[in-house]
Amino acid sequence: MNTTRRQVIKTAGALSTLVSLGIMTQAQALAAESRPGFESKGYADAINALGGNPAQSADIEVVAPDIAENGAVVPVGAVSNIPNTTDMWFLVEKNPFPLAAGFAIPAGTKADVQTRLKMGQTSNVTVVVKADGKLYAASKETKVTLGGCGG
Amino acid sequence: MGRPMRIRAKADNGVVTVRALMAHVMEGGQRKDASGNVIPAHHISEVSATHNGKTVLSAQWGSAVSQNPYLAFSFEGGAAGDKVVVSWKDNKGDSRTDEVTVS
Repeated sequence: MNTTRRQVIKTAGALSTLVSLGIMTQAQALAAESRPGFESKGYADAINALGGNPAQSADIEVVAPDIAENGAVVPVGAVSNIPNTTDMWFLVEKNPFPLAAGFAIPAGTKADVQTRLKMGQTSNVTVVVKADGKLYAASKETKVTLGGCGG
Repeated sequence: MGRPMRIRAKADNGVVTVRALMAHVMEGGQRKDASGNVIPAHHISEVSATHNGKTVLSAQWGSAVSQNPYLAFSFEGGAAGDKVVVSWKDNKGDSRTDEVTVS
């Protein structure tokens, strides 16, 4: 965790070299720095980008419908009853980019978030939670009758 | 600059529940137009909410969040009359900030 100033300079230098060589565009470099997992195309890749191998937990409640008629608007929510929950990620396993959203939960905010996601096809909705630096996960299958990703 | 968000914030025993509806196309980058060209992705990438200047939620979104996104969350330590500010930024650099008074 003790990132020294020199390491920071080195990393920054390497990144800017890649940018200047045209290997990475500026936008990609920014994305790579601050948004781990969002560019991952497979479920396993996305989980690895978040830190890998979450433990299954019964203390996370995934709120998603059993059957969603319209995959473009699927109401999804999650409640984490694990103390010191600091981050929550929503993943749709079979989407082209499985990681849909990530939330950082500061102290005082409830680990209870609801939103609406797009789902390409019937898939598991997985919520990964980070609490005290450890990862936990819970899933729920939602059947989709009309996909909401292609067209 | 996007269209205004619709935000409601309600206090109940010190717990404030915030519900926000943002106006955004949330184009996923998967769809094709009539002539078969891929429509480029255009989606909100970052959302943050503050209560009296203190961050109460920050989020990173990918393209799989639905069009005109809905977000609901709650936090402790708020009361009626407080200010809640919600802002978003999209992947094309557009942004929007709206404020609501807790009722």
